[in-house]
Amino acid sequence: MSAPSIVPPQVLEADARFRATRRDFLAQTGLLVVGLATAPTLVGDALAAQPPTPAGPYPDLDFRQLDSWIVIRPDSSATLFAGKTDLGQGTGTAFRQLLADELDLAYAQTSVVMGSTDVTVDQGGSGGSDAIQVDAWPMRRVAAEARRVLLDMAAARLGVPVGELTVADGVVSVRADATRRVSYGDLIGGRRFNVVLEGRNIDATTGQARVKPVSSLRHVGQSPARYDIPAKVDGTLKWAVDVRLPGMVHARNVKPPVAGATLAGVDEASVRGLPGFVRVVTRGNYVAVVFEREEQAIRGARQLKCQWREPATAPFPTSDQLFDYMRAATPSSSGAPVVVGDAATALAGAATVVEARYDVPFQGHTAMGPAHATADPTGGQLTIYSNDMKSYGLRSGVAEFLKMPRDRVRVVWMDGPQAYGRTAADDAGFEAAFLATELGRPVRVQWMRDEETAWDTKGPAYAVTMRGGLDASGRLVALDYDARAADHNHLGYNEHDTVLVAQLTGQRKQTPARGRASTPSDMYAVPHRRQTTHVVSLPLVWETPLRTGNLRDPDGPQVTFASESFIDELAAAAKADPAAFRRALFTAATDDDSGFKRARSIAVLDAVLKAYGWDARPSPRPRAAGDVLTGRGLAYAFRSQTVVAQVVEVEVHRRTGRVWAKRIVCAHDCGLVINPAALTRTIEGGMLHSLSRALYEEVRFDGRKVTSVDWASSPTLTHADTPERIDVVLVNGDPRPTRDDLPPYGAGETVCKPLLAAVANAIFDATGVRLRRVPFRPERVLAALDAANV
Amino acid sequence: MPITLRVNGRSHSVDVEPATPLLYVLRNDLGLQGPRFGCGLGQCGACTVLVDGDAVRSCVRQTGSVQGREIVTLEGLAQNGRLHPVQQAWIDEQVPQCGFCQNGQILTAKVLLDRTPKPTDAQIREAMARTLCRCMTYYRVQAAIRRAAGLTPTVAADADGGAA
Repeated sequence: MSAPSIVPPQVLEADARFRATRRDFLAQTGLLVVGLATAPTLVGDALAAQPPTPAGPYPDLDFRQLDSWIVIRPDSSATLFAGKTDLGQGTGTAFRQLLADELDLAYAQTSVVMGSTDVTVDQGGSGGSDAIQVDAWPMRRVAAEARRVLLDMAAARLGVPVGELTVADGVVSVRADATRRVSYGDLIGGRRFNVVLEGRNIDATTGQARVKPVSSLRHVGQSPARYDIPAKVDGTLKWAVDVRLPGMVHARNVKPPVAGATLAGVDEASVRGLPGFVRVVTRGNYVAVVFEREEQAIRGARQLKCQWREPATAPFPTSDQLFDYMRAATPSSSGAPVVVGDAATALAGAATVVEARYDVPFQGHTAMGPAHATADPTGGQLTIYSNDMKSYGLRSGVAEFLKMPRDRVRVVWMDGPQAYGRTAADDAGFEAAFLATELGRPVRVQWMRDEETAWDTKGPAYAVTMRGGLDASGRLVALDYDARAADHNHLGYNEHDTVLVAQLTGQRKQTPARGRASTPSDMYAVPHRRQTTHVVSLPLVWETPLRTGNLRDPDGPQVTFASESFIDELAAAAKADPAAFRRALFTAATDDDSGFKRARSIAVLDAVLKAYGWDARPSPRPRAAGDVLTGRGLAYAFRSQTVVAQVVEVEVHRRTGRVWAKRIVCAHDCGLVINPAALTRTIEGGMLHSLSRALYEEVRFDGRKVTSVDWASSPTLTHADTPERIDVVLVNGDPRPTRDDLPPYGAGETVCKPLLAAVANAIFDATGVRLRRVPFRPERVLAALDAANV
Repeated sequence: MPITLRVNGRSHSVDVEPATPLLYVLRNDLGLQGPRFGCGLGQCGACTVLVDGDAVRSCVRQTGSVQGREIVTLEGLAQNGRLHPVQQAWIDEQVPQCGFCQNGQILTAKVLLDRTPKPTDAQIREAMARTLCRCMTYYRVQAAIRRAAGLTPTVAADADGGAA
């Protein structure tokens, strides 16, 4: 049988020598005063091979203990136990690089274990592209502290002051006499540090030691191959979908056929005679069938006869009516306007006023693999095997949902399909836990494709109105942004009273979440500017497939589509080169440049123009002859401290309406780069995800249900759409680029922001036609070209 | 009536209804994990296996229909402890993000290169067009296919010099 998945091979090897499990180790340190029969980092087959005896309770690990973070093994290698999850962007590899640098180890001497709640501290799992920007800091400080303690021990052992010691690959030696040496393994291998750390919260965790200056980092900036890739390529990785436990049964959900329908009755006899039948579980409007085998459960879910009572009023408008509805609705809440100067007066006095409306529909996660989890209730406690990116929140949420003590619940995190916010509200994890406790045996639940595409969490739809004023010389003097987001009741993170099973079973919050609408993130200096935001709600607030949650940079693609398209429209009205028009807005006088964001915005803009080979001219270009029209578009944005600019070159087919992004160039400044190769690929994937949102993605619905239910009705980018060339330029636009305290910022989500606008701007450049409604599917493009006689 | 399956060079006898989709038998009876459920409709490719050298979507293929045929899953692609050149190219190019779809990407690419050892870019796009990836690793997948085929990479060289 294959190796368990959450433990990298080097950890398994080390474990074989180490002969102690993580929690054995912690128990031995006195941090956990419990006995332990099984290895908690072993899952699936490994558990099946051993009696799955109760292993809990599972108290929280103390982040103020060095031993909770780092274990030095007898062979001098080090394992970091990180409270994070790597969703395939290589954050685990980056953590290992940082660990190797702070501990003076070779990269191969490091390993990392992530995300399982009983063996790692709670850093919240993943989210916000902050793994390196925020969560790596306590890891680095703890690693530096471990090195300090090890050097103190070596100094005592070798009888020389710490200042006379040097370290390489985990071996401490006397600088003047390299024969006098001792290894980390000899000093502490397999034993506890017993060092107490400080910090008011986990992000602030620190010992006495300081992290190394950037100039001393050797592994940072290199690109070691991601350790997680080989097992994803040779088939040995055990994913969360692969967990099999003794006595495990399979569950499938039966969703309401119409949004907001209530369950009036279930005819259990319609499935009771099917092979493998175990149980029909209903509570409120939640229905699931449980069978011995997976295909039996699928058949049972299709065959179960339920009576549903349709809601008296329509749950939502149709997707074609959505933007009219949103613009006419009375907002459920409005943000405080962000005001600079007096935009209304400036607009009234402007030489030219431009106004435009932009619409972005609901877009779904539509993960490759539908939601899934397996829960084991053996021994009156729960183990949930899950790909939840926020496994720690799943643990707390499930405990609250099922009213179990938190220390009776653990989540074992395993790899899963793309989790760009979807598993932050991990419906399947809660369902598996609920069903397992109902049945008293391990339950595996997985959603079907139609269920996932229709009912996963959605990125909110946006309707934005923008107005801008130019003076007689074409200078932007006033900018007005007014956004409406269909984002009422935006889901929180694994809340016990907002996940779908909680909604359907009636365990829901008294008050829906207010939601939010966001404002553009740019460094443009405009003398008069006003930004207003509103949230509108659809009629059905709970138990709706149009529930909003975080989708990879939750509002950025929508907001930036409007704001960066509009800047281009203003540049065109001014008959200015779109790059020069933006650059003029950066260089306007300012005294607010926190984090040098304005300077770095200029740097990425210049870098992307240079890498693309941008020729300065206004858009659109003179209309070309022939069926294929070519153009280029620019857009820019930041997220937190990370700044990006992108140029997309498109080919628009005049007869078919097909848009091909032939080339994409991205300039990206996230400060200190840990692993350029992994970062580059993350940027490429993020941009193509946004390209898919630009060209194809839209949740369609009639007035009763979502009608996007599979890959035919919910099209996505394919290999056929792949750009011929992508250039990623990693920029360091810091005014002191070699400074020793250059911080790493976040990466991943920022690149999702500008791409939709860059595509629209390129289409405009190619055709002279402005698309203000996402997505740019061929039929919509063709209709717009026809309307403009292109 | 047991069904005999030849999978990765070994024979297995399974006692399931012949109409059972092959995917569930491979995963739940034979314990394989290369093919994964993505859509159950044959639209995405995550469940791909090789049947007599063809890329087949096991979620819509009845088990009874592949009795006696030579089935290869991702686990069976390596020979004598050596990765298939396509798999090696995937590592060299550092293709996967989450990796959930890569079973289908790798096996579909393998069949492409079996039949068209030196594919053009257009042939790569066409052959791979129905194998979906929602992390959007398409650009690197195509680069890895060219790498496995020994073609001059058209991907711009990494600024970082590629992965070590």
